[in-house]
Parts: sequence; C-alpha cells; structure tokens
Amino acid sequence: MEASSCDEFGIMKAETAKTLRAFAIELVIYAVLVVAYFFLVLHFLGESLHRLEQTHRYGYAGITLLLMMGQAVLLQNVTTYLLRLIRGRSE
Amino acid sequence: MFFPISDAHISPLYLVLVGFVIGILGGFFGVGGSFIAGPALRVVGLDWNFAVGTDLAHIVGKSVVAVRQHRAFGNVDLRLGMIMAIGTVTGAEVGAQLIQIFKRAGNVNLVVSVVSIAVYLSISSFMIWESRKSLAAKKPMPPASAHGAKRDHSAFMHVTRAIQRLKMPPMIELPTSGVTISLWVILLVAFVGGLFSGFLGGGAGYIRMPSMVYVLGIPTHLAVGTDLFEIIISASYGTLTHAIKGNVDILIALVMHTGAAIGAQIGAILTQYFAGPKIRLAFVPLPLLGAAIVVYTLFSGHKW
Repeated sequence: MEASSCDEFGIMKAETAKTLRAFAIELVIYAVLVVAYFFLVLHFLGESLHRLEQTHRYGYAGITLLLMMGQAVLLQNVTTYLLRLIRGRSE
Repeated sequence: MFFPISDAHISPLYLVLVGFVIGILGGFFGVGGSFIAGPALRVVGLDWNFAVGTDLAHIVGKSVVAVRQHRAFGNVDLRLGMIMAIGTVTGAEVGAQLIQIFKRAGNVNLVVSVVSIAVYLSISSFMIWESRKSLAAKKPMPPASAHGAKRDHSAFMHVTRAIQRLKMPPMIELPTSGVTISLWVILLVAFVGGLFSGFLGGGAGYIRMPSMVYVLGIPTHLAVGTDLFEIIISASYGTLTHAIKGNVDILIALVMHTGAAIGAQIGAILTQYFAGPKIRLAFVPLPLLGAAIVVYTLFSGHKW
C-alpha cells in the first residue's frame, strides 16, 4: 500500500517536472518570437496606425478591436502549438 | 520603445511583465485587473485617459485567451454571459451618469473613494467568512448535475437557494451552470456589476464574480469563465467608445497583451487544481489591494 503511494508520488513528481521543463522551453521560444514580433510587425504597423488614429477615428476604433482579438487568437494558437510540440518531443 | 499614438516612451519589457501578472490574475479569478493595470501605466507617465482606454483594449485580448482556455475546460456559460452583458452595459451607462452628477456637485473624488473602500472591504470580509466556513465544513464536492454541470459548495447556499426559488417569470434555464433562475435576478446582478464598473472604473469583476457565485448560485469555476466572457463584450464596448475619443494606444495594448496571453493561460489552467472555496479565499487580497490603492490616493492626494 505504502509502496504504491510512493510510486504514485514519484510519477506525479516526474510529471510535474516534465510539465515545468516543457513550460520553461516554451517561455524561451515564446520570448524570442515576441521580440521578433516587436521589432518587425509593430515597427511597421506603428506609423500607419498612428496616421489612422489621427485621420479616421472610427476606422481606428474598429481596427483596434480586430487587432486585439486577432492577436489573442494567434498568440493562443502559437503557445498551444509550442506546448504540444515540446511535450510531444519530450515523451 | 517609443509609442507615437500616446507620445510616450515605455520599456516593452515592463509592459510585458505587467501584462503577464494581470493575465495570471485574470485567468485565475476572472477579473479584468484594471486596479493594477491603471496605476501601472500611470506610473510610467501615460496620461490617465490613455491608461484607462489602453487597459480596456488589453483586457479584451487577455479575456479572449482566458475564455478560450476556460471553454476547453467547460467553464463558460454562454447563455448566462450574453444575458448578463445587457445588464452590464446598461449599468455601466447609469454609473457613468452618476459620476457626472457627482462631478457637477464637486465631490466626485471623495464619494467614489469612500464608496469603493466600503465595497472592497465588504467583499473581502464576506468572502473570508464564507470561504473559511465552507472549507471548515469539509463537505464532499456535490456531484455534477443531470446535464453534467459542475457543482460547488458554499456556506451561503441557503440564501442562494431562496433567491433561486423566487418565481418571477420569465425563468431562465442554464443547463451549463445547472441553475434555473429568474431573468430579472440575472439582469439585476449584471446591472449592479455594470453600475460599479461605470462608477468606480474597470471591469468590476471583483463584484460580478462573487455575485454570480453567491446570488445566482453559479459554481465558482463557471463564474470565473463566464465573467471573463462577459468582460469581452463589455470591454469591447468600452474599447470602441474610448478609441473613438482618442484614448487608446493600441500599440501599448498589443505589447502588454503578449505577456497577458501566456499569463491568462497559466491562470486558467491553475483553476483546475483548486476547489471553489479555495479560489474564493485566494480572491480576498484583490479587493483589499484595490482598497489600499484608493486609501493611498485619498491621503496622499496622488492621482493615479
């Protein structure tokens, strides 16, 4: 009985360690992607969004909402894919 | 990094970190986190109007991520969220009108400060009492309903049941939450949440999430997920109106959201490891933190 609970604890510990390792790798890859995103996408988008905000406020409001939701869906898919990929590789 | 829309220089790393922290809190507790984001943006020199509008835009993105995660766990009641959105938007408009009345009377800061401190302290005290009582009772988790809805134990359940027995038609059946309740009770809860949102600012998740648990009888995990869904609708409305008024720097919101996206997922996943009363007990410091910020601004005269 005691031996089986020890085994269970060991399996849980190994599972947690694996999850944390996968998560740490995911964070590093995610950070690299985010830095690239800042310098490429936002750099190019910045000026045109600024101009749109100055000239077409209603258009800017709509684009704001679309960009925010689009980025949310994109980033979630990226993180989910990364986590699945890393966990899949480590198994 | 220079943000041309708000004409501000802010470190992107700082924005990502703030977003990450707020993302975890939002995903775990179902709150927007504006009581942290507002001051955090003000402290780096962003104008107050931009801090409010930009925070709302970032809340939309963060809530989309958290809701998708919560939905995968079956923690979102879409029907309840849609109904609540109607009451919330109406309440927010009334709250904003109240602000205008107090502004004209010249005592808006004092009134809002006193009301918010009283509300925050009441919520925290009540939730400490209730969640500790629920945890001390050590009752086994009630089984899922016939529809497979999650159930929760609360020391306030006798009052919740009495509210659910009020037969004021139309009665709304919420199979996902395992609750049948009067439409008017749902609208009233949402209206009060919206009222505080318009009056005190932010998404008012600190009021809506506990109200959904204690008044409507929604299980805590579902209350968190559904509150976030409802926040998407109300924060989108707020983002549009603020963007039209020129109060949103979308570039700052996008950068903040890169941290929030991952934080919100962590927060949502963490809820799976905690029982309802434990989530409610862990929630207690949030309104207290809000109260502390208001007390600080009241006595220091520092306007965040």
